[in-house]
Amino acid sequence: MAGLPPYASTGQRLWYWSFRAICVAILFFLIVPILVIIPLSFNAEDFFTFTKGMLALDPDAYSLKHYQDFFTNSDWQQALWNSVRIAPVATLIAVVLGTVAAIGLSQPHVPFRGAIMAILISPMIVPLIISAAGMYFFYSRLGIQGTYLGVVLAHAALGIPFVIITVTATLVGFDRSLVRAAANLGANPVRTFFKVQMPLILPGVISGALFAFITSFDEVVVVLFVGSAQQKTLPWQMFIGLREQISPTILAVATILVGISVLLLTTLELLRRRSEKLRGMSPG
Amino acid sequence: MSEANAPMLAADGRPLKKSLQRALRAQKLRALLLIAPLLLFILLSFLLPIGDMLFRSVENQIVPDTLPDTVKDLSEWDSESGNLPDEATFQALYFDLFLAAEAKQHSRLGSRLNYERPGISSLFRSTGRRLDDLGEQYQDVFAGFDPSWEDAGFWFRLMSAQGDDDAARDVLGAERNRVAKLTGIDTGGDIGFVPSATMAELLPRTTREYTAFAVYTVKDKNDVVAEEEPWESVYAALGLDLEAADPSAIAAYSGPGAEVLKAAALQAGQLPVIDYRQAMIDIDEGWGQESNWQTLKLYSGEYTNGYLLNAIDMQKTPEGPELKPEKQRIYIKLFLRTMALSLAITFLCFLLGYPIAFLLATLPLRTSNLIMILVLLPFWTSLLVRTASWKILLQQQGIINDLLVWAGIISNSGRLVMINNATGTIIAMTHILLPFMILPLYSVMKTIPPSYMRAARSLGATDWTAFWRVYFPQTVPGMGAGAILVFILSIGYYITPELVGGTSGIFISNRIAYHISTSLNWGLAAALATMLLVVVLALYWIYDKIVGIDNVKLG
Amino acid sequence: MRMRLLLGAAAVVLVPAAAGMAIAQDIPPCEDCADSMTVISWGGAYQTSQQKAYSEPYAAETGTSFTWDESSNEAVAKLRAMFEAGNVTWDLVDVEGPDSQRLCDEGLAMEVDIDEILAPAPDGTPASEDFGDSLINDCFIPQIVFSTTFGYRTDVAAWNGKEPEDLCAVFDLENFPGKRALEKRPKKNLEWALLCDGVTKDELYDVLSTPEGVDRALAKLGTIKDQVVWWSAGAETPQLLADGEVVMGSTYNGRLFSVIEEQHQPVKMLWDWQVFDFDGWIIPADLPEERLNRVLNFLYFATDTQRLADQAKYISYGPARASSQPLVGDHAELGIPMAPHMPTNPDNMGNYLVNNIEWWADHQDDVEARFQVWLTQ
Repeated sequence: MAGLPPYASTGQRLWYWSFRAICVAILFFLIVPILVIIPLSFNAEDFFTFTKGMLALDPDAYSLKHYQDFFTNSDWQQALWNSVRIAPVATLIAVVLGTVAAIGLSQPHVPFRGAIMAILISPMIVPLIISAAGMYFFYSRLGIQGTYLGVVLAHAALGIPFVIITVTATLVGFDRSLVRAAANLGANPVRTFFKVQMPLILPGVISGALFAFITSFDEVVVVLFVGSAQQKTLPWQMFIGLREQISPTILAVATILVGISVLLLTTLELLRRRSEKLRGMSPG
Repeated sequence: MSEANAPMLAADGRPLKKSLQRALRAQKLRALLLIAPLLLFILLSFLLPIGDMLFRSVENQIVPDTLPDTVKDLSEWDSESGNLPDEATFQALYFDLFLAAEAKQHSRLGSRLNYERPGISSLFRSTGRRLDDLGEQYQDVFAGFDPSWEDAGFWFRLMSAQGDDDAARDVLGAERNRVAKLTGIDTGGDIGFVPSATMAELLPRTTREYTAFAVYTVKDKNDVVAEEEPWESVYAALGLDLEAADPSAIAAYSGPGAEVLKAAALQAGQLPVIDYRQAMIDIDEGWGQESNWQTLKLYSGEYTNGYLLNAIDMQKTPEGPELKPEKQRIYIKLFLRTMALSLAITFLCFLLGYPIAFLLATLPLRTSNLIMILVLLPFWTSLLVRTASWKILLQQQGIINDLLVWAGIISNSGRLVMINNATGTIIAMTHILLPFMILPLYSVMKTIPPSYMRAARSLGATDWTAFWRVYFPQTVPGMGAGAILVFILSIGYYITPELVGGTSGIFISNRIAYHISTSLNWGLAAALATMLLVVVLALYWIYDKIVGIDNVKLG
Repeated sequence: MRMRLLLGAAAVVLVPAAAGMAIAQDIPPCEDCADSMTVISWGGAYQTSQQKAYSEPYAAETGTSFTWDESSNEAVAKLRAMFEAGNVTWDLVDVEGPDSQRLCDEGLAMEVDIDEILAPAPDGTPASEDFGDSLINDCFIPQIVFSTTFGYRTDVAAWNGKEPEDLCAVFDLENFPGKRALEKRPKKNLEWALLCDGVTKDELYDVLSTPEGVDRALAKLGTIKDQVVWWSAGAETPQLLADGEVVMGSTYNGRLFSVIEEQHQPVKMLWDWQVFDFDGWIIPADLPEERLNRVLNFLYFATDTQRLADQAKYISYGPARASSQPLVGDHAELGIPMAPHMPTNPDNMGNYLVNNIEWWADHQDDVEARFQVWLTQ
């Protein structure tokens, strides 16, 4: 697929280009819902529709009022603040517990490894509505339903499978003789972990942390059940914006979030290229 | 002989085998210690909550807790005899319901039974409102005998124990338990009242009802027993006790209030003779309908399979479980639809994901990483936003329809309906789940050396044969992984079908949410969740067998 | 000249001060009261109207901090779970009449003596008389009367200039083709279907109480089923109407007011056979003393004659007190008189129903199940 050889037949050429066209169409399908919301977030009306004025590119049909609403409305600001308060803490819990457990799981001879793994991954597999309902009733009994702690615990549980998956994946390629070498050279296990093991599995940990973070930051079903007004997160406010009051402010929020995602993904890609160059690997 | 068979020794002189075993044990222990905190965390924050909820699908404590004596009596009743239960059952019902109504628990029981028998909730509500009348008939007569009967202090002295007594403590313990089960409040601790053992023997029913009254008054209302006039039900109990009492035993009584009690016993003939069956039917004719009693009996156990049967469109009848009438069957259909739509979504994800994964795996790294960003961007965009966006795109006055009309493909009046139905759900969910198909496919395709295809071609295969016979079979594990993952995630989906599914595009999860927050039938919600979970776990197990959980790849 | 200027300045200063004093007078002193409250409501314009008319003036005077939660839709479920756990975090809950009935029946809401806790009308009429029929049970503290009714687009080409005049236009696909928005629940829809199938108001619930009656209503709804978009949140119909996705649809009258008068969409009201409901407060049972004191103090203020009338400045729902009706003025921002937009305005009440709470409490589970089956068919 890496380029068309000069001797390709007509049929091959045709297939080559139609395959490309199909792929472009699919990528378009992936990206178009995200592209659509960007212009709509500048809508001067309070509805989710392209107005005639917008299609005619009339400047009056566009406005920044939904952005203004997001930055001035106390509900949205509170929701943003709650998300910022909840997601990192949930991520931290998931990453610390998850990484330690992943290291345990990657030791040779772990009894019941399959069963343990299945349990640790289950929060990703069990339908969210079931998890949400279960936590709702159980956390109520513990008195942590509707508290910050409850939401953080719930989100940490949902983020853990991602940490386990990504960290165990990096540990598969981990050469255990490095640990033994460190021990031979007199390092204690803690020092070995931070000086030898951690730097090598760091990419897996970071990627797991990102997944855990986005899980919490984008999660709406569980927080609707487990949270209360004081823990209203950004997705929760967006859900209300969609269902109860149809507020296009969510499009402005979405555009901002998409912008951040693009920045983040591009930065990661640039960092990766830079590190490849540094390590002398081919730029591909 | 023994020399040759002697075990090999390690450096410290222990047998090598043992030494190795010990090392292995230590290793296992260390691994488990590392895993333990997380396992404990998941257990507490995730597994126990789910177990707790699933338990609700069989739990039925509310019936025996609210009507303990009635349920006991009903177990003797033959529900197909064509007769109503006996007088004792009706009496038990009166006293059970009276306490329940005081504690405002009767209508909760009504709502619970209404799930099984429509209309029964009003029976409980209207009965609860009119229970006082029956006791008042006695109350008035007793007040006529002696005004003391209307004095809270007199009652307290009459019923209180003189000393410490085991029999009296039993009565108190039983009533504490009864009130605790009914209301869920903690009824332990001092209540400033201990029933008298003499009274428990002389006037058993009165003692029980007065003690229940005392426990509830102190523990729920925070009042003082000696200052509260007893409930009407206590008068009714006294009436029944005096009718049944042995006159000589009462004559022999000499404790507090003996004169007033003896006078009342002598005049017992003037007490109204109440047929409790007729009285209850007068309160609400529903108590005269056998079918209501049958429902009560069917659901009288502490545990029930009723919710689970309901979740598969069946119902309990006196003759055993049977299918519901056609007009009420819904869940099997919803399960099947959830499966069918999920299959369609999985297939579409495969159809769209395969070319992209192939492209990613064959393009140079630099280009493929750019495309990867396009794949990951939706993944990182809020689910709600993507769903809202599909709403904007797909609606009848939406962008796609506008474009189609503009291009002349459809007429303005023939705009396509692509939202608020199954189509909307399929399109939006395919979009949302597509990355979960692309990523595992991509990770498998990356490992297939391009030389295989070249080799096939150089051996004379056409492009198609090379792909189909050589490349494709090697991608099957990736397909399996992606397909099962997408399918599992899909059948549990809730938000997207809720927002774009209309009526024909909703999933079983939406019904679960509906029963939790709208109809409040938590037992049925739990039963449906149990069924869904069984399906998901079965698939999960298959996934583990085929792919291995370790092989889930995320980018 | 100078004198007049001074007078003018004094008047400017005096007006807010007088308003402030009036508010302060309406709030009795609060002893042993919590300094914050968690209030549950419906979100949207309705919640805003409550904040503007009740909580903002109250907070300005007393310094109480308010937390609002848009959970009224799930109020019964959440309260039940809170009681099961013995940890009630809500102080005051805005619910519809039927939900208040359920909460009251189950002992989850506190029973209140209206005359004891609420202010009398300015002329001394006791609160219970002033609220009258809206006191539907012992726990309910009424606020507003709202109705569920229809709105339609005025620019539908296929209608050839005709406009719907009565409810049955909803079922008339021949003269009024196009999609309709109806709530994804049987309540109200079944009543409307029967009314348009020749059943009179008096016989309505007798007919519905029979299985055949429900079948008949569903059959009538079946005639338009493939033209119906089902909504579950009150905001959907205004959006659908504004987008032109539907040509007519049912929703709460206040939502339609907003789409017509505030958003200036080509939409009109169809008041025929509007269904009245009450909406009001309940206090969760067994609140701790301090929190309860704060709630009662707030309620005394928030349900008085003036405050209920004030709320109507922001949304077109009728105040539940008779004494508030004459005080209903103009919209706070648009400046248009609100009285003609009230569901209780005599001009809008030619035909109407009142939500039959008792009947639905009994038949909800059964009819709802049948409705859902019918929907999936």
